[in-house]
Amino acid sequence: MSATLPSKNAVRPIEAVNDFVIKFANINGSGSASANELFAKAILRMGVPVSPRNIFPSNIQGMPTWYEARVTEAGHLGRRGGTDMMVAMNPQTWDADLAEIEPGGYLFYDSTRPRPASAFRSDITVIGMPLTEICNAVYSDPRQRQLFKNIMYVGALSVLLDMDPKVIETLLGEQYRGKEKLIAPNVQALHLGRDFASEHLQHPLPIKVRRADSVGEHIFVDGNTASGLGAVYGGATVCAWYPITPSTSVAEAFVKYCEKYRVDEQGHHNYAIVQAEDELASIGMVVGAGWNGARAFTATSGPGISLMTEFIGLAYFAEIPVTIVNVQRGGPSTGMPTRTQQADIISCAYASHGDTKHVLLLPEDPRECFEHTAAALDLADRLQTPVFVMTDLDIGMNQRLCKPFAWDERRDYDRGKVMTAEDLEHKDFGRYKDVDGDGIPWRTLPGTHPTRGSYFTRGTTRDPYARYSERGDDYIYNVQRLLHKFATAATLVPQPIPRPAARRTRLGVIFYGSTSPAMHEALDVLARHGIHIDALRLRAFPFPGSVKEFIDAHELVFVVEQNRDAQMRTLLINELEINPAKLEKVLHYDGTPITARFITRTITNRVHEAFVAPQEAKS
Amino acid sequence: MTYIAKPRLHHPSLTRNKVGYTRRDYEGKVSTLCAGCGHDSISAAIIQACWEMDIEPHRVAKLSGIGCSSKTPDYFLGASHGFNTVHGRMPSVLTGANLANRDLLYLGVSGDGDSASIGLGQFAHAMRRNVNMVYIVENNGVYGLTKGQFSATADKGSKSKRGVMNSDSPVDLVGLAMQLGASFVARSFSGDKEQMVPLVKAAIGHGGAAFIDIISPCVTFNNHAGSTRSYDWVRDHNQAVSRIDIITGRKEITATIAPGQVVDVEQHDGTVLRLRKLHADYDPTDRVAAMSQMHARAAEGELLTGLLFVEGQSGDLHASLNTSAVPLNTLGRAQLCPGAAALEKINASLR
Repeated sequence: MSATLPSKNAVRPIEAVNDFVIKFANINGSGSASANELFAKAILRMGVPVSPRNIFPSNIQGMPTWYEARVTEAGHLGRRGGTDMMVAMNPQTWDADLAEIEPGGYLFYDSTRPRPASAFRSDITVIGMPLTEICNAVYSDPRQRQLFKNIMYVGALSVLLDMDPKVIETLLGEQYRGKEKLIAPNVQALHLGRDFASEHLQHPLPIKVRRADSVGEHIFVDGNTASGLGAVYGGATVCAWYPITPSTSVAEAFVKYCEKYRVDEQGHHNYAIVQAEDELASIGMVVGAGWNGARAFTATSGPGISLMTEFIGLAYFAEIPVTIVNVQRGGPSTGMPTRTQQADIISCAYASHGDTKHVLLLPEDPRECFEHTAAALDLADRLQTPVFVMTDLDIGMNQRLCKPFAWDERRDYDRGKVMTAEDLEHKDFGRYKDVDGDGIPWRTLPGTHPTRGSYFTRGTTRDPYARYSERGDDYIYNVQRLLHKFATAATLVPQPIPRPAARRTRLGVIFYGSTSPAMHEALDVLARHGIHIDALRLRAFPFPGSVKEFIDAHELVFVVEQNRDAQMRTLLINELEINPAKLEKVLHYDGTPITARFITRTITNRVHEAFVAPQEAKS
Repeated sequence: MTYIAKPRLHHPSLTRNKVGYTRRDYEGKVSTLCAGCGHDSISAAIIQACWEMDIEPHRVAKLSGIGCSSKTPDYFLGASHGFNTVHGRMPSVLTGANLANRDLLYLGVSGDGDSASIGLGQFAHAMRRNVNMVYIVENNGVYGLTKGQFSATADKGSKSKRGVMNSDSPVDLVGLAMQLGASFVARSFSGDKEQMVPLVKAAIGHGGAAFIDIISPCVTFNNHAGSTRSYDWVRDHNQAVSRIDIITGRKEITATIAPGQVVDVEQHDGTVLRLRKLHADYDPTDRVAAMSQMHARAAEGELLTGLLFVEGQSGDLHASLNTSAVPLNTLGRAQLCPGAAALEKINASLR
């Protein structure tokens, strides 16, 4: 069964070395995820960057799932858009999968059940392999048939794409360390696939992988693992959470690393993790622990944030450190829990009733998930307020190649302004009094001093000394001080990172979070096409002064984000009083991660409309 | 008004407890509740119990939800930190506070609206988790701050002040707590100080979640004929199952009591609760029997009070989580941060 190459009038097959997109169409629960990950890691081990993304259903077994791996020696880790090779293992999605292949691309499928020629396209290369037939002949156990079929297609692909089998064998050895008896059958399945492909399929294909040295010291990790680890390094001791996709693995990573690094000599835990009954309780526990001086965090997603908002408002007004990792997904409620969006920007920035504003950190990749989660714990203590780490499903649940985690051994935790028993002997204590001019008051922890420093914690009905008051003057003093504190926050949060264009330009672009890699690639492509744009990657809200300066310095600023309503643009307009006409929306919100092609196309069209096209073409 | 400080005229001859405090040191601000409110009697019982137990006021954290009852922590233990949290969600805040510092005494004060309506879920889960706390519900069957609506604990068939009949079945927090595995369940009446103070003391020494449902009549909205939470009704239907003597190592009470009439329960803090049984057939250490008795009595229209169930050595949430003996809020970088070398190893495992 050899490869059917396109007929004479068809498109030329795509030729590419270390630069293509391969997509696996599978059925979830079939064990394909680990085989696909093995495939991606093997390419990484060959020194070629790869950027995989799971596009999966909210289901345990039987529904379609895809794994898209972008092989990119140039290191473009965002989604490109389009598929060069489809590994079609799911009959349910056959038609759509087939249609998605780029002209000149490749289709690999299980040919056990013959398909009529009309089932294929004439402009692609079709490669059939009777995977089920081979598996059924070799294995009798149904589960083995399923699992080894996955490894077998990895073997066949390794021949077609000219990958090094030794690398895959090494990875299997690492994967099954401690369960050594599983290594041999996996290696056997791998070679069954390789042998068939070597013998029956035309190889290697015009798209292939070649050893390179472009991975270096980079690590391959998902953002949720990184956030959980960041919470361990940042000194969180209390984690209260409620399971919700796509944030669950943040708490699970925290558990895993705590079990390894946070057990004292007596075997006791230097941490407490509670799976709460709901998000109303998980945030309540975090608020209680923060009030009592422990570093505490929760991880959730949009629907959880909605349930937490009353407490978030109380924490804002009562000035209690709280850290919330929000792994954003498509809303509402059951919504699109396995799809990605940046659609909680407004709901988090202004969470709760009354005049509230909150600190948001905007990590671009797992490395920043680690750093921002650790930083959030410091900022929450310093500012005595809720701090959100706004990641999303794309960063949170996909493994991403990024710079290794780093920790400065000299770094200590910033526990903020907490008065000790000694301080209370000598200093005046006004819980809600601005004594340092930064809007941040001093606080005390319960149990500190026998006669001084206790106070009754309330939302707003109190004076600077925490005495009950419903006076308007006291209220205004307090909420104005909170605004002043928010201005202080702008100087403490991670500052935005500019990427100036190669040439002087009137155009700017603002972006943040998981949009980052696709944006950087788009900027490269746009520059090659003569469109030069200065870029600014936001890393936090409140916006530091440099954000306003950036917007003022440009005639038109694109704001690229992954939600329908241009939420960051709204926040910029609202907070910095920007003329809305100046901020041009570039929005991607279908639930899949934004692609470089989408950004390039959208910005190119807008630039042509605005600066090139004749006036009448605009109508 | 609560921002007016009470005059602090300490009479030199006021008795001091073992830690050097007078009863006055356990008081708070002037109550703003209605004159005659049962809640003020409960505050007085808390003050009395803490003073008698020689608890340093600043080592107590008092937390509440929202409602008349939840205002009361401002009226006792003025030298303790307090937290007026969110409606129905005191239990979660208290759980978090307790996780942060296991060395303080946690006093959760709530009401029937706060714990049986909006907060029923949090009440239930705090009981399940056995958070080390004293959880007092000041139960009057009515929403006071919003002027007289029925609460979820109001009895079916009872009448509001305006003559409306309640047609919904009541939530029985005591029954729920027992069913959910709570390790200390009591009911009392704000008009019975003799019963309340020892119960609060026993709850303080318990070492796990200690729940006390205190029927506390609302003099303004629920103290009329037709109410089952009025002073008169409760006095007429109250059936105490036992009286408690608290025996510490230092002070043994040697009352002569007929054999078979006493149950001794050793508590976490080493004290022994000696229950002098007033109902010969009531066994507060047998959960199933106690529940059955309680339901049977309730069907007869009786309101059983006293220590209804107790498990002496119950452990608590910290025990189940195996947390460090040192409060988590005192741990620093040395105990918490795995350091750069460990991070290098983690990096290596991710390549």
